[in-house]
Amino acid sequence: MNDAALLSVEDVAVDLPTPRGNLRAVDRVDLALGAGRTLGIVGESGCGKTMLSRAILQLLPKKARLTGRVMFDGRDLARCSAEGLRKLRARSLAVVFQDPMTSLNPVLTIGTQLTETLLEHLELDASAARKRAVELLAAVGIPEPEQRLTQYPHQFSGGMRQRVAIAIALSCEPKLLIADEPTTALDVTIQAQILDLLAREQRRRHMAMILITHDLGVVAGRTDEVAVMYAGRIVERAPTPVLFKKMHMPYTEALLAAIPKLEAAPHTPLPAISGRPPDPTRPLAGCAFSPRCRYASDRCHSEKPQLAQAEARDHRYACFHPIKLAAGVDA
Amino acid sequence: MATLELSVQEEIIAAPVKQTRRLGTLFWMAVGWIVLVFALAIFAPVLPLSSPTDMDMLDRRAPFSALHWLGTDGLGRDELARLIYGARISLLVGLCAPAIGLTVGGALGMLAGYFRGRFESLSVGSMDVLLAFPPLILTLAVTAFLGQSVFNLTCILGILGIPTFMRVARAATLTLARREFVIAAQALGATHARILLRELLPNVALPSLAFFLLGVAVFIVVEGSLSFLGFGVPPPISSWGSMIGEGRESLDVAPRLAFLPAIAMFLTVLSFNIVGDTIRAITDPRQG
Repeated sequence: MNDAALLSVEDVAVDLPTPRGNLRAVDRVDLALGAGRTLGIVGESGCGKTMLSRAILQLLPKKARLTGRVMFDGRDLARCSAEGLRKLRARSLAVVFQDPMTSLNPVLTIGTQLTETLLEHLELDASAARKRAVELLAAVGIPEPEQRLTQYPHQFSGGMRQRVAIAIALSCEPKLLIADEPTTALDVTIQAQILDLLAREQRRRHMAMILITHDLGVVAGRTDEVAVMYAGRIVERAPTPVLFKKMHMPYTEALLAAIPKLEAAPHTPLPAISGRPPDPTRPLAGCAFSPRCRYASDRCHSEKPQLAQAEARDHRYACFHPIKLAAGVDA
Repeated sequence: MATLELSVQEEIIAAPVKQTRRLGTLFWMAVGWIVLVFALAIFAPVLPLSSPTDMDMLDRRAPFSALHWLGTDGLGRDELARLIYGARISLLVGLCAPAIGLTVGGALGMLAGYFRGRFESLSVGSMDVLLAFPPLILTLAVTAFLGQSVFNLTCILGILGIPTFMRVARAATLTLARREFVIAAQALGATHARILLRELLPNVALPSLAFFLLGVAVFIVVEGSLSFLGFGVPPPISSWGSMIGEGRESLDVAPRLAFLPAIAMFLTVLSFNIVGDTIRAITDPRQG
């Protein structure tokens, strides 16, 4: 693993005990992210994206068990003390959640919520914190930030609330920002604005970012690297341009095909991925995608493919019958 | 012990207030009555009142007059003075008992709802035990052993109020603690104390305070009932409940002796309910 990496996730697995048995939400994931770089994590609902981000932040549900190492800035977060972790958060690690309706406290003003983080972590005095809060709101594109400070979350629109959530996350200049589906709950027209805002602030502050989404279109132009997750595992990982030029994993191809196209004729049926993800409490012997994969062979049903190196550098995939090579390998 | 139904009250009052957004004359009349009762109760010793305990055996059950504005009771004591001094007891018990319940029960409920686990099982279990214990027997036992006094009465009623307040606070905390803003606060490095006090308390305080004002109304009635039965404040101290109890003996000759304190209690309880619900409806920032 790259020593210079800001964040490296090594062999991380998350197990959740459920009444129906053990649920492996994240299955032996390896990731690395350099300072100032952007990683996109893509996958459908329930594939373990959010659990992976919570594992990185050490905000897993109490019953969850985490194995493996989460190295951040030379420290293993999984073994940090509660107090050490608390000090590290906000100043080094920050997160933007999916739904800005619930990620802000409904009974506190925006100003209170913004300044309390500043007062706690940056040890500013009240007037300096207020000034900084106004700057932050202005930076995320909120008009009349002075007046807005005294307002409550319900007086803001969804997009504005997400901007405030981003301002709070950015308030202590974190080194890593995890954006967990930051645009899913928003209007399509607002999505691009929020993504552009995140990209702009990321460049300006030179922070690393993990962008979690189910939309390959979102990560296409805005990330350096993409990891595709399926059933808790990373099934393909590559620098973004390489991935979009030559994907190997049938699941990635299926995800891309499922994006509606503007140039398609009206009423064209969308090539949705048939079937459902496997039950995570009953792991399959073979590749988790095999029941839904059109290239699947007997080997796929009985043996789990490991991440293999593709011909392009840094491109890894887990498939016995990668696309473009499918005809040659299949004997 | 009377149990309160918070949700029902909310629905009834919330609709008209949201419609008009004006406080309305009823609200101001309720506020006026509460202020009047409080002022009279607080300034009772300096008001030009006759003593509430001086008996005038020659002037028993006297009708309204310039000397005794509201007449005298069965022992010739001034009814107005007894009403005002009774308000002190009723308000003291009615405010302090639910305050004890709110503080202890609210804190327990928030801790239980936030930390869950063994602490929650233990506290919920012990509250169930307390709820299952017959409140009247407990009150009787305590007053029998520790003596009848306003302090003992307030304490025992406060303790009996803890489970209900704890349940309200715990229920509110349970739903709130799973909301993303709590996880967001954790992600920003907030301590447990900060999350409980800054993030959760302002949210839990709203339903709890609305419940508190309803609780005040209920506890005034409970204190009245206990005094009526003779387990409340010891004579000759007057309380509205004991005045109704004493008035019962002369219902046929002078029904006003029972009805005047009953009317005072009715108006006060009604006012607390009106004010409580109106304040809750207009200060609630959680809309849509």
